Amino acid sequence: MSSATLSPAATKTDTPIPLRSHLRHTGALIRRNLLWIRQDPESMFDAILFPVVFTLLFVYVFGGSIGQSLGGGQDRYVQYVIPGLLAMMGMNMAQGVGTGFNQDFNSGVMDRFRSLPIGRGSVLFAKIAVEMMRMLFASAVLLVVALLVGYDVHSWSGLLASVALSAVFGSALMWVFLTLGVMMKSAQSVQAMGFLVLMPLQFGSSIFAPTASMPGWLQAFTDYNPLSSLADSARALMEGGTDAHALWVTLIWSVALTAVMAPVAVHKFRTKS
Amino acid sequence: MTRIDDNPAGGRSAVTVRGLVKHYGETKALDGVDLDVREGTVMGVLGPNGAGKTTLVRILSTLITPDAGQATVAGYDVVRQPRQLRRTIGLTGQYASVDEKLPGWENLYLIGRLLDLSRKDARARADELLERFSLTEAARRPAGTYSGGMRRRLDLAASMIGRPAVLYLDEPTTGLDPRTRNEVWDEVKAMVGEGVTVLLTTQYMEEAEQLASELTVVDRGKVIAKGGIEELKARVGGRTLRVRPVDPLELRPLAGMLDELGLTGLAATTVDTATGTLLVPILSDEQLTAVVGAVTARGVTVSSITTELPSLDEVFLSLTGHRASAPQDTAPADDRQEVAV
Repeated sequence: MSSATLSPAATKTDTPIPLRSHLRHTGALIRRNLLWIRQDPESMFDAILFPVVFTLLFVYVFGGSIGQSLGGGQDRYVQYVIPGLLAMMGMNMAQGVGTGFNQDFNSGVMDRFRSLPIGRGSVLFAKIAVEMMRMLFASAVLLVVALLVGYDVHSWSGLLASVALSAVFGSALMWVFLTLGVMMKSAQSVQAMGFLVLMPLQFGSSIFAPTASMPGWLQAFTDYNPLSSLADSARALMEGGTDAHALWVTLIWSVALTAVMAPVAVHKFRTKS
Repeated sequence: MTRIDDNPAGGRSAVTVRGLVKHYGETKALDGVDLDVREGTVMGVLGPNGAGKTTLVRILSTLITPDAGQATVAGYDVVRQPRQLRRTIGLTGQYASVDEKLPGWENLYLIGRLLDLSRKDARARADELLERFSLTEAARRPAGTYSGGMRRRLDLAASMIGRPAVLYLDEPTTGLDPRTRNEVWDEVKAMVGEGVTVLLTTQYMEEAEQLASELTVVDRGKVIAKGGIEELKARVGGRTLRVRPVDPLELRPLAGMLDELGLTGLAATTVDTATGTLLVPILSDEQLTAVVGAVTARGVTVSSITTELPSLDEVFLSLTGHRASAPQDTAPADDRQEVAV
């Protein structure tokens, strides 16, 4: 990797990109990603279907029986599961970011971007910004469905705080998926990988069901699963309170994931041949 | 900024490459390449699949970094000053790198904004280039619905937005039908007329002859010949005379005879046993007549005689004594990023 003529220290002689330009580039790329959605509205299906299908599935299939264990019925379960679903919206949208990114690499568009004098982070930030918009849209859909199945909003401010928390955690996870998107060969494998990682984490948490009835070894796992903390924080917030411990754990995970994975993603992106 | 050196051939160097090396695992995609492209000229880099052409272009576009050696474009070092360098180049890849989901106009507008043009200027430039490349009609349609030729034209337009000083055309017509290929050639010629320096990679001798003034022939990561087109053509035989004797056993004696008589061009006569023909490099019509005369005098019956421009294969045969590396051996390794990273 090294030779007499290529000294990395000399990189500093390159001119930096002004912040204004960064914003302009990111804005232009956001516009591009939004145009993608307009061109291909089907790409929004997951943002609509996911909240609808999951809410109906869990509320009507499992709601009755899990509600009983909560000391109520289906109504009780609606109050339990909606905050969990809302909390995981960010992470579900995060999965899509990797696949879209992977397609760019395979189509040669990314080569063009990377041969332009733009900060390479702009491409990543634009992708994240648009996924965030998709996530907000999906959350709005979820809220509508939730109200239709009888969810009782106890705290609107708590609800907004939960959406924000979901976005924070989701954006942290996006760096993981961006890294996968850069590293893996095909969009399908990125998707499969995302599914394989998230699926056990989601179900092995307090998102869908209380963990009390789970076997001890699984409880040990769910207790440390950041998704449990995420769901518990959202639940407390939406009931109008706060679960300080769960909230801290969620925030620390988000910050830590971002701190570790964002540089990795940017580095992988930069050095991808 | 300082320019590394003056081009030996005279004129200022737009692209200077010295001892460039790039490995992909065990494969040496580039093995010590030197290259000089003078300002305002078209340098053709001719070579088979897997020769290292795309790797060279990717290094010169700062998409990958070399393992050793030095390269500057418009005076900027590819490793130390990638950002300034990117401002001076335009890239048209072998695989048209336009966003298929975006309309043609949006593709150009996006690139304009990424090149720091104001909204107004980016709009104007997009309109102007669509007009120039005859794409105005299709401006609002997604690029994915374009024909092959339209996509290449859009790709060319995209690479011209920043008014680059140096334009890389990486196999611009690979996979196009002859008519579309001519269209692309015309566009490239027009751009060259405006003073852009072009680095063209191609597998086709004909394309190099149409567009390039100078040629660098690469094979397996090494430069095996360089010079003006005419010079190289003379070296490999300005034309190739293909003689097919009815009796294949006559091939070798005939070749020996022609070489002995000194009737061939600068390179030796070669025997192509696969097709049962003799490839005789010739430089003039007189030579052609003399060769035919000599063959007739020997009393050999010939089933066909044709003349043709040397193909890439023949260029290789006469320059290296071996055929161009078989494409299936190394093609994907160089030309796309299937190589493990």
